[in-house]
Amino acid sequence: MAHLTISKIITRSAVSKYATRLYPFVKREPYKNTRGHIANEINLCIFCSLCQKKCPTHAITVKKPDKIWEIDRMKCIQCGACVDACPKKCLSMDQQYSAPSPVKSIESFHQEASTL
Amino acid sequence: MGTRTIIPFGPQHPVLPEPIHLDLVLEDEKVVDALPSIGYVHRGLERLAEVKDYNELVYVAERICGICSFIHGQGYCQGVETLLNVEVPPRAKYLRTIWAELSRIHSHLLWLGLFADSFGFESLFMHCWRVREKIVDIIEETAGGRVIFGSCKVGGVRRDISNDTLKRIRGELAAIESQYNELKPTFLKDASVNRRTVGVGMLSREQAIALGAVGPTLRGSGVAQDMRKLGYAAYKELQWEPVVETAGDCYARTVVRVREVTMSFDIIRQAIEKIPAGPIAVKITGNPTGEFFSRLEQPRGEVVYYLKGNNTKNLERFRIRTPTFANSPPLVIMLKGCELPDVPVIVLTIDPCISCTER
Ligand code: SF4
Ligand code: SF4
Repeated sequence: MAHLTISKIITRSAVSKYATRLYPFVKREPYKNTRGHIANEINLCIFCSLCQKKCPTHAITVKKPDKIWEIDRMKCIQCGACVDACPKKCLSMDQQYSAPSPVKSIESFHQEASTL
Repeated sequence: MGTRTIIPFGPQHPVLPEPIHLDLVLEDEKVVDALPSIGYVHRGLERLAEVKDYNELVYVAERICGICSFIHGQGYCQGVETLLNVEVPPRAKYLRTIWAELSRIHSHLLWLGLFADSFGFESLFMHCWRVREKIVDIIEETAGGRVIFGSCKVGGVRRDISNDTLKRIRGELAAIESQYNELKPTFLKDASVNRRTVGVGMLSREQAIALGAVGPTLRGSGVAQDMRKLGYAAYKELQWEPVVETAGDCYARTVVRVREVTMSFDIIRQAIEKIPAGPIAVKITGNPTGEFFSRLEQPRGEVVYYLKGNNTKNLERFRIRTPTFANSPPLVIMLKGCELPDVPVIVLTIDPCISCTER
């Protein structure tokens, strides 16, 4: 039986640097692969609706006649199925998490006719 | 016989963030019976199999549990792959093994921390989680999520880990392992810890077998049963032996997990050395038909997936038997005869995961 076996670790951590960061003053950089939120380069989108079909949570709505692409960030589970399905590669997975929000809202992307 | 009192334990209890409720029948401070009840977080995930197509269901399977998320996805995928008669490429099998073992390390470290918390050893809890954080970082770097991997798919894996990254991870893991080794003596030898664990919550080998215990609960009672020995993924090509302890008390179950972490580090090291090059997924065509029981070893024990396909996009039946469900009857036996302050310690030694038990 040993006593105070943790004292070495505790002494060391008492005199060494913090193991945690002083968030929000110090933020950790996300990794390249981090699944944060879905971004859409809307001007490349052809409104084919493949992303909408592949999305397991039905977070995406594509309105082809109005050239509107909508995403419900609260439904999205960051699975990336839409990114894999997109034929124009206009969808991508951004590393930053979407901001917390007190209300559920749908984010819309409009394509301007002039950009075509 | 003293006066009998019934006191509730949970569903909200400071020691356990998950909703399990126990009616403890006490005689003075001694527990004479425990009546568990669950059903607070049922989500009906199995039913979703009837409306989601079998490729989409991976995302559901991964979300059964926040700790064993990868192994849930893997078990589901292995089941569907068997129904479809698909052979997964070797590289994908190795990657699955690496991710599964990473999640075992992070789960066991999480458990070791919570376990320390259950007997009030807060600093040990913090240090376990400090070490675990580095594992979670590796998971995020390779899979993209800290908890939900999103990396398994029917037919293989969705993303590769480059050989350079794997080499770097091997170095990082060696550093993490040495930090972990510093924590081990506290669980294994410290007098204040041992006083709470040795001889507490006994489960004999016969009881463990008769009541269908699984995982570290079973292996802590001297039964060398580990589903990884079935040889799924890359386990049959790697050198390892199930960790067994014979005492059957809380201490034995702790030692099993402490040693399994070391074994997982070793399995990952071997897998990184042996990983073959090649594709990471095969193309999937057709629909699943037939029935299959897919069995895997999760950090908490054996998990069983029953899948029944009827040649449509949706599975006809999807059923999961999770390790905590199997470990609940043994828990009742362990609790009988213990002192009230030992209840949280004993409940924790089966590593209960109620959200996956209720799905
Ligand atoms: S799949 Fe791509 S191109 Fe098609 S609608 Fe979605 S975002 Fe647009
Ligand atoms: S990441 Fe997944 S859940 Fe989110 S919008 Fe794309 S397909 Fe849907």
